[in-house]
Amino acid sequence: MSKTVEHHRIAPQPDALATTVVTSWKAPIAFAIFTLIALALAVFAPRPGETTFRWSRESDAIQVPDLTVPVMQALWAVVALLAVSTLYSVLLVRSKRRVPLWLVVVFAILFMFGFLTWAGAGASLPMIGLLFGSLSLAVPLIYGSLAGVIGERAGVVNIAIEAQLLSGAFTGAVVASVVNTSTGQQWFALIAGTIAAMVSGMLVGMVLAAFAIKYFVDQVIVGVVLNVLVVGLTSFFFSQVLAPNAAAMNTPPRFDRLHIPVLGDIPIIGPVFFQQTIIVYLMYAAVALVYIGLFHTRWGLRVRAVGEHPQAADTVGIKVNRTRFWNVALAGAIAGLGGTFFTIGSGIAFNKEMTAGAGFIALAAVIFGQWDPIKATLAALLFGFASNLQNTLSVIGSPVPSEFMLMLPYVVTIFAVAGLVGKSRAPAADGKPYIKS
Amino acid sequence: MKLELRGITKRFGSLVANDHIDLTVEAGEIHCLLGENGAGKSTLMNVLYGLYQADEGEVLLNDEVKHFEGPGDAMAAGIGMVHQHFMLIPVFTVAENVMLGNESTRAGGLLDLPAARAKVSEIASRFGFHVDPDALIEDLPVGVQQRVEIIKALSRDAKVLVFDEPTAVLTPQETDELMEIMRQLKAEGKSIVFITHKLREVREVADRITVIRLGKVVGEASPTASNAELASLMVGRAVELTVRKDEPNLGDDALVVDHLTVVDPIGQLVVNDVSFTVRRGEILAVAGVQGNGQTELTEALLGLAHDARGSATLDGTELVGESVRKILESGVGFVPEDRTEDGLVGEFTIAENLMLDRSESPPFVRAGNLQRSLLADFAREKVEEFDIRTQGIDEYVQRLSGGNQQKVVLARELSRDLRLLVAAQPTRGVDVGSIEFIHKRIVAARDSGVPVVVVSTELDEVAALADRIMVMYRGRIVGIVPGDTPRDVLGLMMAGEVPAEGAAA
Repeated sequence: MSKTVEHHRIAPQPDALATTVVTSWKAPIAFAIFTLIALALAVFAPRPGETTFRWSRESDAIQVPDLTVPVMQALWAVVALLAVSTLYSVLLVRSKRRVPLWLVVVFAILFMFGFLTWAGAGASLPMIGLLFGSLSLAVPLIYGSLAGVIGERAGVVNIAIEAQLLSGAFTGAVVASVVNTSTGQQWFALIAGTIAAMVSGMLVGMVLAAFAIKYFVDQVIVGVVLNVLVVGLTSFFFSQVLAPNAAAMNTPPRFDRLHIPVLGDIPIIGPVFFQQTIIVYLMYAAVALVYIGLFHTRWGLRVRAVGEHPQAADTVGIKVNRTRFWNVALAGAIAGLGGTFFTIGSGIAFNKEMTAGAGFIALAAVIFGQWDPIKATLAALLFGFASNLQNTLSVIGSPVPSEFMLMLPYVVTIFAVAGLVGKSRAPAADGKPYIKS
Repeated sequence: MKLELRGITKRFGSLVANDHIDLTVEAGEIHCLLGENGAGKSTLMNVLYGLYQADEGEVLLNDEVKHFEGPGDAMAAGIGMVHQHFMLIPVFTVAENVMLGNESTRAGGLLDLPAARAKVSEIASRFGFHVDPDALIEDLPVGVQQRVEIIKALSRDAKVLVFDEPTAVLTPQETDELMEIMRQLKAEGKSIVFITHKLREVREVADRITVIRLGKVVGEASPTASNAELASLMVGRAVELTVRKDEPNLGDDALVVDHLTVVDPIGQLVVNDVSFTVRRGEILAVAGVQGNGQTELTEALLGLAHDARGSATLDGTELVGESVRKILESGVGFVPEDRTEDGLVGEFTIAENLMLDRSESPPFVRAGNLQRSLLADFAREKVEEFDIRTQGIDEYVQRLSGGNQQKVVLARELSRDLRLLVAAQPTRGVDVGSIEFIHKRIVAARDSGVPVVVVSTELDEVAALADRIMVMYRGRIVGIVPGDTPRDVLGLMMAGEVPAEGAAA
């Protein structure tokens, strides 16, 4: 009789370590809080009537019908759905699973729909205006966050985005005004202003790079000092030079909106994305170029290498500090370009401290966006939406105090960065100078 | 290609790291550079590789003088290096790491990844191993990472290959495989410089041996020289390679670890359901390749773990979940793995470092005030007792050599009333003379009845100290075996294979 011989050899264990799920109650707690907020609105501040969501403007070629909903029915439905989502997330976490991203997105959209319905009771909400304005307000944030992404991917923390935006806004306005009044050629003036803005942003970047890379000064401190310095310089020149000569030096021309044929006629998408100024179209290109550049070209591979492990990059013959210097300079130029949005991009004269912290929000977008150009762009769009929601609601006369609404973008920033970032990892050598022995 | 170094001198301030070093490596030869930690081997190779500029001397390739401004020049000239700390970017794939700095591109400037993948596979298959070109480096075991380093050097047509302490992170089996690869490279006509302080390896592959001590070449040896001869050449005097210790005088169970699991922040079980017991008067050595949970195990015993589950009791008192201070006060002494990171404050004096974990209570602090004169007396006594070579007790610890720094840590921990000593890598980066001393003190602690847990990746150290050996692999215990278990069995266990007859605990 043959008998199977049992080979008793314990197989080598697989390469990966065993894992357990680290449960996080953040999402269910946040869900519960927002559900309670929605419930409180329904119970303590009921509003009668209907809300109309307008999805087209009269000028649009293709009209999308308005959406009209009764306020209280919609709000109660939203509260119910939010409660169900919260319950589902609690069950997920209790059974040691993660709350999926789609649930967070659905929850956010539901809450926003409920809130807008409530806030817009008895009025009609211009959705195109809301979204169009969100994109516009996000423009400097997106440029700023691209600058942040490039700098930090190369290993230099760029706190000076604010300074670069402000110097771009200032230089763009002054150069465009001067060229316009002296030559009278508006397009030429705008191009000159844009280039000057990029150069000034680049110069700020170079100062940061020189101190951080060459002299090993703490990057955060240099960045903060630069912010204060540029605020001081531009405010000084504004009050001493620009204000007395406003007509000649601070009356910038503006970029006109360009309606892109075909794309601009698509309902909803067209009016929001493709009836913008050239600064916005340049931004689309910049996001795509930075993304492709960082992840699919030699330049990007080297940038990421010096930001992750500069010594490894050095040992394969990459000049670490030179790479960092020029990329921080490039990042400065991009932020400078973003600064033009405040002045020549919108046809507004330069004013003191007009960037109002956009650079810091851009920095938050970098972190929220996990150092990825596309995700950072989405984060910046979220912040833009929060800002413009406040504008729109105050225009249609919402019951929420405007001071409270003004807080909204910053509250969203704090929530986003503190609560929802999840597992993200900064470039390993971010903020660390490379000192060769 | 023939490599020649002539009169290389490199100074760091007043320290002469390399003092007129001459070295010749012929094509198709494995030349071993043998020396203690800090003897100047790595400095010499960094000069060769263009990372440092020599103050004097020159580098010749095929009798031609070369000047390397940076590693790029050295690579272009055909020098490749497998660094001690791998120069690989953890978040890049194998192919990206291999192509970095030497990228080929397709139309539009896009990276040509297919070509890089093909190159990785081609070189790997030449040496009969497989590496997935699209795997992320951080997901690969260290042995494979090292092969990626070799592929990286070969992809740039290196003719001279420098291996800087390549076996420090390998299991004995992986070490044997590496030796085989080195022999193949030699057969292909490459010149190989093999830097190490492990005598056994030298004798196995070297064609010629050059010994360096304190930055100078102190002699050449043939591979037939005995361990004792090589060791005395390396250290400059006769050394005892084994520690003399008597049979253990075992007491009661002191440390009882029961189903201990440590979870890291991303949810990996870095220590996975570990149970063992250490008795009074016994040394339990924890062996394993670096990064298999030993570090996390010691941290969990000290209360430093992020998330520890299960139980570890010392004389009946639970340690898991207690604060570090409580654990120290309950009599746990700890020699951390990285003394400059966790064990000492470099900018503090020897005296201050000697009271670092006793700053809460008498005798050194009374009513919130440091008792300086008491501390000074104590420090002088310990400097004497532990043979700490220093200018005085007020010298900054960062100015001491590695061995003397470690003696400061040991002096601090052993001068408390210990109920348990946990020593992680107690002799890493320590000169051979101090190793002897530290081993003697650890054995003395054990003989005084203290249970000792020693974590070491060096099998020599494990064999020298252990009463019992616990081998860890991927966070689990492979087995607990007697102290005299042969090396090859331990080697297999370090690769995760359970020994044939059941000694597993």
